[in-house]
Amino acid sequence: MAKEPIKEQSNNPVKSNIGDVMVVGGGISGIQASLDMANMGFKVYLIEKSPALGGKMAQLDKTFPTNDCSMCIESPKFNEASRHPNIEIMTLTEVERVEGEAGDFKVTLINKPRYILENKCTGCGVCAEYCPVRVPDKYNQELSNSKCIHVYFPQATPLKSYIEPDKCLFLQNKKCQICVGVCEKNAIDLYQKPEKIEIEVGAIVLAPGYQVFDPGLRNDYGYGKFENVITSLDFERMLCSTGPHEGEIKRPSDGKHPKKIAWIQCVGSRQVIPGGNSYCSAVCCTYTQKQVILAKDHDTDIEAAVFHNDIRSFGKDFERFYQRTESLPGVRFIRSYVSVGKELPKSKNVTIKYSTTDDGVKEEEFDMVVLSVGLNPPENVDELAEKFGIELNSHSFCQTGPVNSIETSRPGVFVSGAFQGPVDIPESVMTASGAGALVGQLLARRRGKLARKKAYPLERDVSGEELKIGVFVCACGANIGRVVDVPAVVEYASTLPGVVHAQQSLFACSTENAQQIADHIREKGLNRVVVAACTPRTHEPTFRETLREGGINQYFFDMANIREHCSWVHSTEHEDATEKAKDIVRMSVARASRLEPLEEFELPVDKRGLVVGGGLAGMTSALSLANQGFEVFLVEKDSELGGIARRLRYTLEGMDVQAYLADIASKVYKNPLIHKMTDSTITETSGYVGNFTTKVKTGEMVREIQHGISIIATGASEYKPTEYLYGQDDRVLTLLELEERIAKKEQKVTNAQSVVMIQCVGCRQKDRNYCARVCCSQAVKNALKLKEINPQTDVYIIYRDMRTYGFREDYYREAADKEVKFIRYEPDDKPQVEVVEEGGKRILRVTATDDIMGKKIALDADLLALAAAVIPSASSKEVSRLFKVPLNPDGFLQEAHVKLRPVDTAGDGVFLCGIAHYPKHISETVSQALAAAARAAEILSNKSVIAQGSICEVKESECIGCGACEAVCKYGAVQLQKKEKGKKAVVNPVLCKGCGLCNAKCPTQAIALKHFTDDEIFAQIDAAVKAPAKAPELVETR
Amino acid sequence: MVARRDFEPKIIGFLCNWCCYAGADLAGVSRYQYPPNIRVIRVPCSGRVDPAFILRSFSNGVDGVFMGGCHLGDCHYITQGNYYALSVMHLTKKLLEQVGVNPKRLRLEWVSASEGNRFAQVMIDLTGQIKELGPLGVGEGIDANRLKLKLEAVTRLVPYIKILERKRLRVRFETTEEYDRYFAGDEFKKLFRDLIADKLRTEEIMLLLREKPMSVEEVSEALAISPSEASSYLNHSARQGIVRFDEAQKRFVLADVKEQVLS
Repeated sequence: MAKEPIKEQSNNPVKSNIGDVMVVGGGISGIQASLDMANMGFKVYLIEKSPALGGKMAQLDKTFPTNDCSMCIESPKFNEASRHPNIEIMTLTEVERVEGEAGDFKVTLINKPRYILENKCTGCGVCAEYCPVRVPDKYNQELSNSKCIHVYFPQATPLKSYIEPDKCLFLQNKKCQICVGVCEKNAIDLYQKPEKIEIEVGAIVLAPGYQVFDPGLRNDYGYGKFENVITSLDFERMLCSTGPHEGEIKRPSDGKHPKKIAWIQCVGSRQVIPGGNSYCSAVCCTYTQKQVILAKDHDTDIEAAVFHNDIRSFGKDFERFYQRTESLPGVRFIRSYVSVGKELPKSKNVTIKYSTTDDGVKEEEFDMVVLSVGLNPPENVDELAEKFGIELNSHSFCQTGPVNSIETSRPGVFVSGAFQGPVDIPESVMTASGAGALVGQLLARRRGKLARKKAYPLERDVSGEELKIGVFVCACGANIGRVVDVPAVVEYASTLPGVVHAQQSLFACSTENAQQIADHIREKGLNRVVVAACTPRTHEPTFRETLREGGINQYFFDMANIREHCSWVHSTEHEDATEKAKDIVRMSVARASRLEPLEEFELPVDKRGLVVGGGLAGMTSALSLANQGFEVFLVEKDSELGGIARRLRYTLEGMDVQAYLADIASKVYKNPLIHKMTDSTITETSGYVGNFTTKVKTGEMVREIQHGISIIATGASEYKPTEYLYGQDDRVLTLLELEERIAKKEQKVTNAQSVVMIQCVGCRQKDRNYCARVCCSQAVKNALKLKEINPQTDVYIIYRDMRTYGFREDYYREAADKEVKFIRYEPDDKPQVEVVEEGGKRILRVTATDDIMGKKIALDADLLALAAAVIPSASSKEVSRLFKVPLNPDGFLQEAHVKLRPVDTAGDGVFLCGIAHYPKHISETVSQALAAAARAAEILSNKSVIAQGSICEVKESECIGCGACEAVCKYGAVQLQKKEKGKKAVVNPVLCKGCGLCNAKCPTQAIALKHFTDDEIFAQIDAAVKAPAKAPELVETR
Repeated sequence: MVARRDFEPKIIGFLCNWCCYAGADLAGVSRYQYPPNIRVIRVPCSGRVDPAFILRSFSNGVDGVFMGGCHLGDCHYITQGNYYALSVMHLTKKLLEQVGVNPKRLRLEWVSASEGNRFAQVMIDLTGQIKELGPLGVGEGIDANRLKLKLEAVTRLVPYIKILERKRLRVRFETTEEYDRYFAGDEFKKLFRDLIADKLRTEEIMLLLREKPMSVEEVSEALAISPSEASSYLNHSARQGIVRFDEAQKRFVLADVKEQVLS
């Protein structure tokens, strides 16, 4: 059988240079934007200038705050993108020119030579073995070498070699052609020339990402001079099993394992000196904590010291992550500015000078120093801006709108990810999806016109075939291989009954390996596939698709979880873990032997959406969906739209919130596709993705609506303080109340001589263990406003950590420059507020410890504003129950995946956005609301959704009509019907959700949950303790 | 009961896909370490776990069975299968106790998708607990063959128990404590004794007689019950026409009728 790449084989693409959207940048943000838009029915060109997709995320070892393996969660996306019929990936490609306007751009691209024929190269790596030229490996931050011809990294998509032209002996001096000789596929073409390509698209999404700050330019902290001073990205590669030392932390000078490591925060960030960046890079605090945890995982004896300014743990679950790091033995967080002293000549250790209030100035020696470098604008950003005709902000990041951070200054050109400014992965993913929504609005009329459907080979009928199981055991780099003896597991697997093929894979999830599995299915006639790797909860869909591509039913697949459930949890017990892995594989093979082919079917999609909550988030989502052409029900419990944003007057950046709110509300009111339902609540919701039924109660009237998706944007509340005399003295306000009074120009405010603000009221404490994210910026915003009204007003902000992350840092600095006084307090020494009678006046006095002076100071306040936390709304529990969206420990709605599915929920077709998810700023809310609209539109754009095959079926001859199944099925999917031989249970496959409760209740085994049948589970139970003597027959025996 | 240091128990765990399995995944992602004794079987919902799965596991000689589901109220499905799982656990524990297996060998815990640390802790506790109980049967001081027979007998009763459960034993409370109380209470004890215990004994006797004819004394010895008890069961079964006394052999034999476990 011919080994053609699947895409060409199954799709027969029409060669055309016309698309809908061009995404520039193949990092996580660009990939996500491409996938979203492709799923909506747009043809996407994904342009990446490096040889492979992945961007910076592909270089990270783990991601905070869950410490998920970065590559493991990103690589399935490579796979998805490269297989998507609506995505054309072009690597080693850069944009030369952009002409035209929104809806009608002509983009000229330069495709640089790879010197490899992509359709012939298999990525086998033989060329790299023979290549005589060693070059520093860029993927590994040049900490190790690779060859001049090589594959960029093990999971690279496309998995093709490439040649670095300026190092190649042939391309430089026509001297060597060894690679050409050793390549069996004749895939090397040293005479390739750059190619110019013109492509027409309607919109452009810019996702060029960022580059890390280079401390070498100024030899910051001895970097570039002292060998053992490295950057955090260098360290990230060291931590990684695919890194320069296969996951061992070795210091550059002597390759020894460092025992004492220092991290220095804010390198290149929060600096106003030349060569530094004044903004905060937003991610470094938390990535450093991650690195400390991982370093301790590698070697528990490591002593870590983190020299920091404010700890900015402003994201969801970051506060706990910080506490987890801080509580590790041998970890110190030291609040101090530092300077690097010297490199000790013999040990090459580095000394750091710092000072603390208690100990004064100290100099301490470390084995290695990690610089937590910040995020810079992408390379050649000025050129990039010029080519695309967009404006940059003062920090040379993309200039975006004050509310909508996805719009650039040029209509039709959108921006997502870190080119907006320093952001983390979920934010990059959200803005990517959000860009999809804006493109969907712009190009609504051409949606679906260029889209193609993926065609699969005809499914082979395997009935009557003898069992042919293929087992693929993944080493997952070293994630599994370091603990489990993978070759031994492979050998064992090959002895199991029914197994005809067993092999090892370095990364089972790579596109290349998927291709291999598909090939083996065809060539060896495999009719069952077991992949022993990670958890099926994330990777099963990928492999099922591989089976479809191989031409067999996708349910002939089982996954043996030997990573999460084995190598990662028994990391020091090599033998036991290997034995366990064998058992898991044996159970999986036993199960696979009994798997049956199942059919999936298409369910029609009701193309209307429901948005719950009419605040800023809900209105934004609803309006975007309507502008993409979908009907929307917008349900709001209040009589007015606007939510908590009605209490905000201006933003830090100076936007008039009420004007914006009035504008969007009027657009919502005027849009004929949006059905507004105010004073309304939801009493019941049922159904499934594509077909929901929801009861909405307005007054006494209950209306039933049908819709295909739900977006939850139910907002949050302001904490009502019980501390600091709030409610007892009318001079004590919350920040929101202060803002309202400033806006009203109340005399009490305008005449105030002294205003004190206390931060972290009601959160960052035991019962609400999170940071409310927005309060620091709110405090600075109001402080600046007070100074604007009256520069003579004394403003004091009593804080724990100022968390003005990103560009908000500029305003923090501005406030300090304008003499706003910042006084830091420790949680165990909170400020005291009292009313004292002096000279016949009742004085509101705030006492706090000034940590720099080390003594108590008393401030008499005309007004005291409390930064009251943002807390989950009172309805969040009810919303969680109705829509089956779990709450996180703090009571906010939980997304499906912290990093890569930030607006999805556990339930298909149910999305979330806004501060119901977590406190956030207005522009962040808008991005997330647009993202939810995009994810929803992906469903609504399609005529149907696919219903899974794992549902119940009844064997009528066994059914005694007892009704046990009907009684427990709350979905109403099982009903007794009169048949010839009496009452029999009948399953409605559309309603069945596959929980299998009826199966467990049936006394005669007449009703069975497909894919989790008694037979399959008994096989696993039996295989858990012993190997079956021979292969079971494939005959249905139940 | 002596804990043996070299004894590594075999444990099978039925984990619901949405919470406990995800919690186990998170334990992995977070690198929480726990003993390598459990073999996991993924089920969509803890409500999918059939008493027959648990009995089959023990019949195969595993030393412990674990069920893991979502916290009450958190079930991914509106069928709220975890409440049913709770009943299945209690009922099966009682069955195990009845056949001489220490009910502590079966354990059910709620572990959410975000409780990786809890999953690891539960595994540490569970493994320790089963280790203390010793190998299945040995810990109980019950002969392997007799245990096998008894487990088979109770397995054969599962269809009957399912019907019975629905008609007479189905309860629904809001908290695990209420379930604990009910299944430890007199009402349940009486129902169990009247409806299941006798049936189970009869089933055991039938399995014994299937192998060979036996006298009252032999039955009493094989099942470790008093001769009068054995005699009473045998006579009762004889009246029902399930067994008969074969005068020639002076032993009880299986009557030549179809076994009717569903009667």
